[in-house]
Amino acid sequence: MPEQVYWDDVDVGDEIPTLRKNCSTQQLVVWAGASGDFYQIHYDQAFAKDTGLDGIIVHGALKNAFLGQLLHDWVAPAGGVRKFGCTYRGMDYPNQDIVCRGVVTKKYIDGSNHLVDLEIWTENPSGQKTSPGAGTVTLPARG
Amino acid sequence: MAESAITDDMRASVGVEGPEMISEVTSTGCRLFARAVGHTDLIFYDREVARQRGYRDVVAPPGFLGSLIFRPGERPEMGGQTPLKTPYRRVLNGGTTFEYFEPLCAGDVVHSRSKVTEYQERQGSIGPMLITFRETSYVRSDGTLVAKMYGNLINY
Repeated sequence: MPEQVYWDDVDVGDEIPTLRKNCSTQQLVVWAGASGDFYQIHYDQAFAKDTGLDGIIVHGALKNAFLGQLLHDWVAPAGGVRKFGCTYRGMDYPNQDIVCRGVVTKKYIDGSNHLVDLEIWTENPSGQKTSPGAGTVTLPARG
Repeated sequence: MAESAITDDMRASVGVEGPEMISEVTSTGCRLFARAVGHTDLIFYDREVARQRGYRDVVAPPGFLGSLIFRPGERPEMGGQTPLKTPYRRVLNGGTTFEYFEPLCAGDVVHSRSKVTEYQERQGSIGPMLITFRETSYVRSDGTLVAKMYGNLINY
């Protein structure tokens, strides 16, 4: 685990450490079981092609959960993920890199909570944002 | 734009909560979800580590709000909703946002209700579309609001 990030040390415009994913079809099957989303376009090649897709595609909700991990890993252990989400703009495929990124857009205090807003997204190998979104986290403050 | 796909019945349903659904957050469910995502933080897997870090039990990873209770012949993933009658053939999940008010941990039982907050019609790059915005509230058995989920479905 990297060292704890503190609210005081974060600036608007900072990019947080990236999280690189590359899904095997096996991972998609584990996700289907874990999430309860059994739509066949995510594990059955023939079914996916029949619906007009180029092949099996990665679940949008899995990419969203990757963004949840991106934020969790940045703020852990003392911080917390308050809110996160994305829109599903583009498809991602198994055995291709999905790079999760985030940039700080705002830092503020609400009561006793030290908060940071971020723009978050997943990027495909061509550099397109396939799941653009936003998140809010709490971070510990120094002193 | 052609005739509206938003019927009077749909307009009347905006803001009306659907049936209550019950989900269980189990340690096995948390671990499977965390494994599927590739989480490495042990609070999502190990009860002792979670407790040392101040949580009640194994922590539900971001985006995991428990497993809906399945009964033969039912489709719990439909959230008690009947599919919309629209002139469109295809449907896409447009996006999802999770908002947390309290951490969810193994052992929690969550009661959720979903409602449509808005219908929108747009002319998109893929043609005319109907977007359904939905909000679901998740309340723990002790009455605490733990999370909200905001999602939208695109019929086109």
